[in-house]
Amino acid sequence: MPVAAPRPETWIKTTSAGLYCEPGDFHIDPLRPVPRAVITHGHGDHARAGNDHVLATRETIAIMQARYADGAARSSQPLAYDKTVTVGEVAVRLVPAGHVLGSAQIVLDYHGSRVVVSGDYKRRSDPTCAPFEPVNCDLFITEATFGLPVFRHPPDDQEIAKLLHSLILFPERCHLVGVYVLGKCQRVLALLRRAGYQEPVYLHGALIGLTGLFERFGIALGAVLPATGMAREALKGRIVLAPPSAAAEPWSRRLPDPLVAQASGWMRVRQRAKASGVELPLVISDHADWDELIQTLDQVAADEIWVTHGREEALVHYATKKGYHARALALAGFEEDE
Amino acid sequence: MNRFAALLEALLLTPSRNGKLRLMQEYFASEPNPERGWALAALTGELFFAEAKPNQVRALAAARVDPELLGWSYDFVGDLAETVSLIWPEASTAPSDAPVPSLSGIVETLQRTSRAEVAGRLAPWFDALDATGRWALIKLVTGSLRIGVSARLAKIALAEWGGVAIDQIEEVWHGLKPPYEPLFDWLEGRQPPPDIGDLPVFSPLMLAQPLEHDELQGLEPADYLAEWKWDGIRVQLVSRRGDSRLYSRSGDDIGSAFPDILAAMPEDVTLDGELLVVRDGEVAPFNDLQQRLNRKTASVKMLRDFPAAIRLYDILREGGEDLRGLPFAERRRRLEGWYAKAPRPAFDLSPLVPFAAWDELRELRDRARAQGIEGLMLKRADSTYVAGRPKGPWFKWKRGALTLDTVLMYAQRGHGKRSSYYSDYTFGAWAGDALVPVGKAYSGFTDDELRRLDRWVRNNTVQRYGPVREVAPGIVLEVAFDSVHRSTRHRSGVAMRFPRIHRIRWDKPYREADTLETLEKLLT
Repeated sequence: MPVAAPRPETWIKTTSAGLYCEPGDFHIDPLRPVPRAVITHGHGDHARAGNDHVLATRETIAIMQARYADGAARSSQPLAYDKTVTVGEVAVRLVPAGHVLGSAQIVLDYHGSRVVVSGDYKRRSDPTCAPFEPVNCDLFITEATFGLPVFRHPPDDQEIAKLLHSLILFPERCHLVGVYVLGKCQRVLALLRRAGYQEPVYLHGALIGLTGLFERFGIALGAVLPATGMAREALKGRIVLAPPSAAAEPWSRRLPDPLVAQASGWMRVRQRAKASGVELPLVISDHADWDELIQTLDQVAADEIWVTHGREEALVHYATKKGYHARALALAGFEEDE
Repeated sequence: MNRFAALLEALLLTPSRNGKLRLMQEYFASEPNPERGWALAALTGELFFAEAKPNQVRALAAARVDPELLGWSYDFVGDLAETVSLIWPEASTAPSDAPVPSLSGIVETLQRTSRAEVAGRLAPWFDALDATGRWALIKLVTGSLRIGVSARLAKIALAEWGGVAIDQIEEVWHGLKPPYEPLFDWLEGRQPPPDIGDLPVFSPLMLAQPLEHDELQGLEPADYLAEWKWDGIRVQLVSRRGDSRLYSRSGDDIGSAFPDILAAMPEDVTLDGELLVVRDGEVAPFNDLQQRLNRKTASVKMLRDFPAAIRLYDILREGGEDLRGLPFAERRRRLEGWYAKAPRPAFDLSPLVPFAAWDELRELRDRARAQGIEGLMLKRADSTYVAGRPKGPWFKWKRGALTLDTVLMYAQRGHGKRSSYYSDYTFGAWAGDALVPVGKAYSGFTDDELRRLDRWVRNNTVQRYGPVREVAPGIVLEVAFDSVHRSTRHRSGVAMRFPRIHRIRWDKPYREADTLETLEKLLT
């Protein structure tokens, strides 16, 4: 007589450190140091320092080492996409999530029951990382950063064209584009190159290390130069990439009449752009938009949906109306940055 | 429509004046007629059609989207036009080959649409437009196009782009109608300036320079006439062939809010004066006038409680005769002569202030704390009336500013070139042991002082609210302002006019700053 597969909630739990897989005895993206961690991707709110043992993609491990040096973990185990390792009684597989370089969904199989933890993900193509692959499962644990139907990201090329048009209209102004250090910076560089922009792009010091790391992984980003130390005149009509906070910091005073742009899914909301002093909002996001979140729910065909962070209530409401068993986990500690 | 919408969005987000001008000029240069003409009408507030109500727009969205999701989205976004434009379903409803409506098409349709039918027209347009297009359309049809561009700025953009003086545009402006094809024909060199015939158009005003310190020494008292500078708004009244207009200083037609003035307008004359609220012969505080400004109409109650009046300074045209080429002294005689023949209740003459020497005049100015007097005007007796702000013929000599020692409480990051500086300061006065905010200023300091203040703010922050930092009390700002009035909109109950930083009192202990009570004693 066949034995029924265990229900996911009997073996995936939440603890004060976050998501915990009991039969494998490991946490996923733990909020505080734990003995064994599986990490979806290198952003600071998912990959924290100080775990004893880390399992992640080679790229994610490299990013953690670049950020935390020796503090990254006591030992790290790289796992290539689509390879399986057994941890305790659980088969663990990493599948591309399309979010940033090295980002993975964690696919867990236990006695015929399958759970997929999405981490952060997006569905459109990104020249700097492998594309998301939907995996059928019993429980899909999803993010919902842009979990409201007002978030619908336009095509990337259209947003890059806005930036290039602005350079023509304001050739004497430095274009200061706010980007997150990991992923967005390199994606904007790659998109500029794809649009045919061949000029050097100038980087804030905080972006230089990880951009070099992307290139070591074989992602060509064209000529990049440090912005700090450049003569003011030389940056007229140039693109400078910097963390979003830099426009408000004294650092930006070295730039000639900077026109402040920002590449983020939040830029979809004009009032938000206006309130943060952004002149040129570029809606370029590394997260799924609303349409992509609900498309993904349908594709993975899980009975059960858990929503970890973001605007949970709207996605739970939608999924419930569609007949899924959905609930919000409301894990603390994840940031709204992307 | 999508291009016009993109222009509106860029104008909203661009803080600098030059940036806004360039955006408009690029648009005028690259859009065809009549599209750009309707856009110009929208920017200058000359577009009129039946408007839709915001709740009608919301209902349209609620018919397409899960109401719970719409509610959460509205809570998150906080602006109805923006929420509806973003949430409107795209791919599922619009056939991809649906033609994108032009601004011209939309405006022409709306002008033929009654109020009851406006909302019903919107859905197919929403389907065909992009999100920015929908946002702009909602702003347009609900009459709330607030994008930080004045009609004047749009006309300046046009003048610079067409290579003509702004005054040339102002002179013909009120004789033109959207979509302004003769105007564009002229600016693009295809036609002579539009002939506006005998219409009651605006003549650009002559403005005064502020009188600098010691400037009086070089001036001969006998060359000048003095008159009071009243604390209202400068206006021009024009009447020709039974058609009357009331224009603001910048050439906006504000007549619809002042039916009492228009009803009293004389025939065939152009007058320059100050618009005031006057009760029983006394000029009311500027605040009272403000109740009547920026409105489309005036209620019976408004007309009764805030009666408007004109105090006349000058006459520019009488009958068919243009008087602008005459000397001021001669125009003044003509004004007095005209007024003697045609007195009317809402109009009076601003009296000349006789004087023999500058010291005498200075004393008069310093003593003039009467209601409604801002200072003095000095006008050369031989000055002809020329548009703009020429140096020399006219001076404004404001009475001394009031000052108060206040404590810096909050600082906000500036925009554009000041976006890395905390440059907008909210300051307070003591009420017992607590500070109460009494005003906000962002000018009056040097670049070096700004750098020093910015550093101080960053080092003394106690709380952050987005772009605003609350700072520990510590810096005394000596604030200058023209006057202070009662206000129900401010926690302190008072509001300053034209506050600016006069001095930064790095030396003064903040406990010794002034009290709210001191400020209240200065109330006018």
